[in-house]
Amino acid sequence: MKRQLPFFLVFVFGAFMAIQYFVPHKTSEAIYEFFIDILPIIGVFALALGIWSLTKVSVDKIRYRRENWQYAIFTLLGLFLMILFGFTDENWGFHWRMSPEVAGEGTDNPNFRLLFNYVMIPIQATMFALLAFFIASASYRAFRARNLLATLLLIAALILMLRFTPFFGDWIGLRLSETATWLMNVPNTAAQRAIVMGVGLGLVATALKVVLGIERDYMGRG
Amino acid sequence: MKATFEKLMLLDRRWVFLALAVVGVASYSLKDFQVPILVTNESRQIFAAIDELEEGATIFLSIDYDPNSLAELHPMTYAIMEHAFRRGVRIVITSLSTNGPGMADEAIRAIADSVRIDREYNGVMYPGREVVNGVDYAFLGYKPYPAIVILAMGQDFRIPFPADYYGTPLEELPLMENVRNLSSTECVIVITGTNIADMWLAYGQARQGFPLAFGLTGVSTAQYYPYLNSGQLFGLLGGMLGAAEYEQLADNPGLALDGMRVQLFLHWTIIIFIVIGNVGFFVTRKRRGAGGNV
Amino acid sequence: MQQKHFWRFVIGLALMTMATALGQSEADPPVSDTLAVADTAAISVPAPLPVTNLIARDKPNDRGYGISLSWDLSPDDTGGTQSVLGYRIMRSTTPDGPWDSINVAGSGDALYDHIGPRHEGDSGYFPDHTDMYYRVDVLTADPGVAVSSGVVGPVQSRGQWFNTARTVVFLFMIAFCGLVIWFVTHARRGKDLYVRPLAGIEAVDEAVGRATEMGKPILYLCGLGDAAEVPTIASFTILGRVAKRVAEYQTQIIVPCRDPIVMTVAQEVVKTAYSDAGRPDSYNPDSVFFLTIEQFAYVAGVNGIMLRDKPATNVYMGKFYAESLIFAETGTMAGSIQIAGTDEIPQIPFFFVACDYTLIGEELYAASAYLSREPVLLGSLKAQDYAKAAIIVFAILGFLATNVSALGGPEWLAGFVDLFQVRE
Repeated sequence: MKRQLPFFLVFVFGAFMAIQYFVPHKTSEAIYEFFIDILPIIGVFALALGIWSLTKVSVDKIRYRRENWQYAIFTLLGLFLMILFGFTDENWGFHWRMSPEVAGEGTDNPNFRLLFNYVMIPIQATMFALLAFFIASASYRAFRARNLLATLLLIAALILMLRFTPFFGDWIGLRLSETATWLMNVPNTAAQRAIVMGVGLGLVATALKVVLGIERDYMGRG
Repeated sequence: MKATFEKLMLLDRRWVFLALAVVGVASYSLKDFQVPILVTNESRQIFAAIDELEEGATIFLSIDYDPNSLAELHPMTYAIMEHAFRRGVRIVITSLSTNGPGMADEAIRAIADSVRIDREYNGVMYPGREVVNGVDYAFLGYKPYPAIVILAMGQDFRIPFPADYYGTPLEELPLMENVRNLSSTECVIVITGTNIADMWLAYGQARQGFPLAFGLTGVSTAQYYPYLNSGQLFGLLGGMLGAAEYEQLADNPGLALDGMRVQLFLHWTIIIFIVIGNVGFFVTRKRRGAGGNV
Repeated sequence: MQQKHFWRFVIGLALMTMATALGQSEADPPVSDTLAVADTAAISVPAPLPVTNLIARDKPNDRGYGISLSWDLSPDDTGGTQSVLGYRIMRSTTPDGPWDSINVAGSGDALYDHIGPRHEGDSGYFPDHTDMYYRVDVLTADPGVAVSSGVVGPVQSRGQWFNTARTVVFLFMIAFCGLVIWFVTHARRGKDLYVRPLAGIEAVDEAVGRATEMGKPILYLCGLGDAAEVPTIASFTILGRVAKRVAEYQTQIIVPCRDPIVMTVAQEVVKTAYSDAGRPDSYNPDSVFFLTIEQFAYVAGVNGIMLRDKPATNVYMGKFYAESLIFAETGTMAGSIQIAGTDEIPQIPFFFVACDYTLIGEELYAASAYLSREPVLLGSLKAQDYAKAAIIVFAILGFLATNVSALGGPEWLAGFVDLFQVRE
């Protein structure tokens, strides 16, 4: 029973979600909305589990002085400071939710904004910007004209990168731009569609296997 | 010569990083260097959609990105917002990514400042004016689970957002008086670098049928061209180049046109590295080929 | 202990914070809240002709509470005196009024869907199965001039139990599901099905062996998707296989998660894998842990683990976005063997150049069938192949039909293409 009940629930809810797409009636819509309303609630409880997991792993690291335990202090500081500032106003008054009557509260808390604007934004922007450096080094290592197909790929990439270059004059510049647009609209779209169709069928087949209980490994069978 | 190329083939990646950093910083300082921008049709469509609207019309703008993609996507938000406000077009704004409200708030404040100044765009003089919260724009804020929020906004903005970001009930905002759901706006423009774009297509456009356009990070642009061809999207701004095209159309040079200079020189740097890598590959391959191990 | 890394990190963080604070201008001025009022002036115009042929009917394929209206434009709209500014939609529950103004359609518009709110008590609410009457008033620049059409009704709104606009999707779904079930039952009867080898999955055993020899852990990422997404479900299956091998070889696995629900499921999968391998005592619950929901904070966390713990093997299976190359390049720098699989098309090239093995798109879903070798799972792969063949056939037929009808061929050919249209 312990194993059968989850499979039964998966079948009922999975089948309902598939059929609901074809039933516009308000009854089906109401049940659908009920289900999607439950999701955030589950998410909130799971978030508590997540925070507990992160805290436990970090505290253990500090307590037992495991390798690089100092980083765990920053993890815990970041986690709890942001939560604290999110619930307090500028005078350290505690509020459960934001309201227009209280100034500098929640995400408007000056300390929250300070950490957001001067720590989070630059760190996140820097992390994403690293991508440019990695793309450069990866293309230097891997972008080789090994055979005909690889050469075509290389030429297409060069055209896309050169499409707004001013060094070749207007005529060549315009042709490069037009070719780049064609590459995006025709070969790129064709290839994307083919992969998307394969992925789409794979998604449906996997979802069907899950709903019918054929695919069970995700429940921890190993 | 071959020995040099063999060394180059084994070049430590940190030299590549350094070259890129030096070129990036140096090219940013070449303020007078203009990068010519050839405007594509997919960018022009978005510009035209706003430019052809009458004063007082309402569009919907979703700022669904976090600070990480700020460099590419903020210029789009700035350019579209300024264009709309200058033309007297009203904007309903939401953020469906966790840190999006910070991005939206920053953009609203910056553009409100800019619109206070008299400016001329494409030969038309736009006198400075005050952009008014609740009248020129309504910022509804953030709610988690984007797919669910999009579905709900398709029915009524008031379901996911009973009050705006600042806590004012939507019923009290003059702008929202005749704006009930996504379909009651002229068009929906989504600026994002994540899979929220897929949700807008599946749960928004496919179900409600409103005109939808995307502003995307360069890396994810190629993925959405099929939707442009199928008519599910009416326009597409791709990365910083897309934003620069919009700025050029709006005659409002800003962050993107400025950034294109850096992008141009960095692309050239990468191209040079690729060329060196390929020349090295062929030179050393011939040598390896003599040993029968190609 | 890597003290110098730690202090570099602290100094870097402080410098970055200072630099950003210095680069920022003074506090932004607040946005004021004043109202602008426009002047309007009344203009005298002749009365236009009314709209004709007004039809009201239940809006098809909806949940209820919707009435579709259509009419023929006033002759003074696009022609005649061209004095029409718009059309005001009026509704009543009796043919004689009182009338409520519902909305205004613009000049040139001959269609309007009146969609009421769903909840009783909301402004403008009308229940389904209630008689309603409509009329359309032609509006001009003079607010005093509005010409009414005749009244139509009674009409009732009702919800539908099948969306006919999605019939083609429904038929395809039934056909495809039928194919999957048929092949699965067929496979149960013992028919052998061939699946080409997936190098990425074949490499898992070798990678675990390498980690054991080196005495280093294996890093497994389930991607950035949530637990309900199919790529994440496929990832759990592969995680089960990897964890079982890890348990058998007595090495260590690290699974940092971005989603708390994914973490909970992954813990269960790893725990079960250890039990299946006969080593439940070796399972360490802290090996599967939550890092953060923030995309790039998660990237920073995982990269930190890669550079500090130097895993022998990194396995990336599931949904990945812009962080794919950052992970893969950092992994290369740390000297790890890397196996990746994702259905996110833009990320596939990044994994391809930086990883040793990559599962492309649907191969990720095929992996579970390939791993288990169970005929019932392999059957679904066969069904996918047949569905792909069907799509190719229909695409060719559609291409021919469109072009032949465009070149003056019979009209029904264009209709054939329309059969596949999903209209909302």
